Amino acid sequence: MAGLEFVGVRKTYPNGVKAIHGIDMAVSDGEFVVIVGPSGCGKSTLLRMVAGLETVTEGEIRIGENRVNELEPADRNIAMVFQNYALYPHMSVFDNMAYGLRNRRTPRDEIARRVAEAAGTLQLEGLLDRRPGQLSGGQRQRVAMGRAIVREPEAFLFDEPLSNLDAKLRVQMRLEIKRLQRALGTTSLYVTHDQVEAMTLADRLIVMNAGVAEQIGTPLEIYDAPATLFVAGFIGSPAMNFLSGTVADDGAGANLDGAERTLLVAPPASARRGRITVGIRPEHLEPVSRETAALEVVVELVEALGADSLVHGQLADGGEGAAVTVRVDGARRVAAGEVLSLAVAPNHVHFFDPDDGKRLA
Amino acid sequence: MVENRPWLTVFSHVVLCLGVLVTALPIWIAFVASTHPADSMLSGRTPLLPGGNMLENYATVLGSGVKAAGSIPVGTMLWNSFVMALMIAVGKIAISIIAAYAIVYFRFPLRKTCFWVIFITLMLPVEVRILPTFGVVASLDMLNSYWGLSVPLIASATATFLFRQFFLTVPEELAEAARIDGAGPLKFFRDILLPLSRTNIAALFVILFIFGWNQYLWPLLVTTDEGFYTIVMGIQRMLQAEDAEPAWHEIMATSMLAMLPPVLVVVFMQRLFVKGLIEQEK
Ligand SMILES: Nc1ncnc2c1ncn2[C@@H]1O[C@H](COP(=O)(O)OP(=O)(O)OP(=O)(O)O)[C@@H](O)[C@H]1O
Ligand SMILES: [Mg+2]
Repeated sequence: MAGLEFVGVRKTYPNGVKAIHGIDMAVSDGEFVVIVGPSGCGKSTLLRMVAGLETVTEGEIRIGENRVNELEPADRNIAMVFQNYALYPHMSVFDNMAYGLRNRRTPRDEIARRVAEAAGTLQLEGLLDRRPGQLSGGQRQRVAMGRAIVREPEAFLFDEPLSNLDAKLRVQMRLEIKRLQRALGTTSLYVTHDQVEAMTLADRLIVMNAGVAEQIGTPLEIYDAPATLFVAGFIGSPAMNFLSGTVADDGAGANLDGAERTLLVAPPASARRGRITVGIRPEHLEPVSRETAALEVVVELVEALGADSLVHGQLADGGEGAAVTVRVDGARRVAAGEVLSLAVAPNHVHFFDPDDGKRLA
Repeated sequence: MVENRPWLTVFSHVVLCLGVLVTALPIWIAFVASTHPADSMLSGRTPLLPGGNMLENYATVLGSGVKAAGSIPVGTMLWNSFVMALMIAVGKIAISIIAAYAIVYFRFPLRKTCFWVIFITLMLPVEVRILPTFGVVASLDMLNSYWGLSVPLIASATATFLFRQFFLTVPEELAEAARIDGAGPLKFFRDILLPLSRTNIAALFVILFIFGWNQYLWPLLVTTDEGFYTIVMGIQRMLQAEDAEPAWHEIMATSMLAMLPPVLVVVFMQRLFVKGLIEQEK
């Protein structure tokens, strides 16, 4: 087992596309790191550089103590699970798992032992003679996992392995992957654009945007203290509400555009003057009586989800861009046109610099 | 299609039956002719039912050839045709699959140029380049040999193109998974690409075998030694009997024999297609 390290890694594709703008980070041994970000931000590129399927333009990737930039994928001691599984269609499940081992001249009985073990872990015992075409999506996914496990690699690399499955199976496989990774203790890099997957699987999360790692941290660190506007909007569902305003003259609150009252939460000292963006998550806004309210919202639309309802509305005298989403208890009946009085705990109010998008602390 | 239009059904059946008739009748007449003695073909009335000389006619043709035309035994010609067709089919497939592999999976200088050069040769079938090709074959001393019969026909832009199109449909991740699994270029080709191409190879084999079998002009040019005559050109020579009526019964028997191997190849390979289709679910 071994950790993984990125030192100033950059990638420019031959056609001039700059996909990665410099990543520095260390993944410790046995850690499960999830790379999350919108489409095209360079997640796959980063993963494929670790796998050796793309060259590293600049910087260094280390697995364990060794620089692997120049090594062939097969010599890096990694295993990869692809989004479309990439199983060999003409080989049986057994051969699919055994192929890599045979190429490394692993003794026959050792291959048989490892495949049997993996098949046991993944409930594939009865399916070893089938071809991938004769399996369901979930079973194919397991075979792809099995092919990775039998290699006993230093690191697992996953590129959106669950995105071809239906919602229910995805939840189930998500748990299985997590359990398996815990049991094996293998360092893992996992790419996804699904933030629920990211939050639930990760020991640590890398939130990427346009080739840059915007924030690296545990899921809760990132949820509680997003480092940039992008991260704040990307992590959490429904997305955080952003309200623009100005710092109050006495510095003890913020005057939100379109709100009557001053939001009485003091912005950090670094933002004593001028414009500011305030972020509040929908689940942190709480309906209260009119007197104690920090915000008033005119309800436009209610989505009842059962356990809770999502209320979409506008600040009471709000102009453009003052949309607010609130998550309220499902038992509470809210109608369109109603005015909701809302309060928020001071520690759940985030302040950002509207110019560079950085969190103000 | 599940449509209920009786007239359309009747009409399509009539058209199909006519088509079958038009195709099958000449073959039937050839077969009937091959079972009659020599004189019944020359009597002016073409018989429509088989006669009693079938075994004799076929035995004569296979064993000693059409005497009147001084031809060699048809068995030898069948063998020559078979060897030539097989060499052409196998050679074409082997060369074009390797060429397609190189073009699709390797980045080398002038890759695009190579592809277009191969593509352009589509415009140069044997008939167009027959004189220079003959010159080359003659100077390589390959006249009157199986090599001379087959090698000039082996290069195939069409097959290369078909394999290229197929390789482009193979997901890129498969090659990447194989790379991670430690399969080098040759191993990937042998263990993964070749088995996946099986159905395509079988289909091409049928087409190319028949293409080779039906070659007429080229064998006519490069063989002067009777021992290398192929059956398709051999039939034509049988018609040129001097001072005698063509021995139609024997010529027809030869024709029937000439038709047999392609039919067998199709029938036999058809089973492979079906098998391949069933197994290759993605
Ligand atoms: N082979 C390539 N050649 C040139 N540019 C590429 C290549 N592959 C990806 N890119 C570009 O690099 C950028 C990052 O792509 P990448 O595939 O890493 O995105 P991603 O984050 O994995 O997106 P997705 O979630 O859609 O898979 C994109 O702008 C993409 O257009
Ligand atoms: Mg991707």
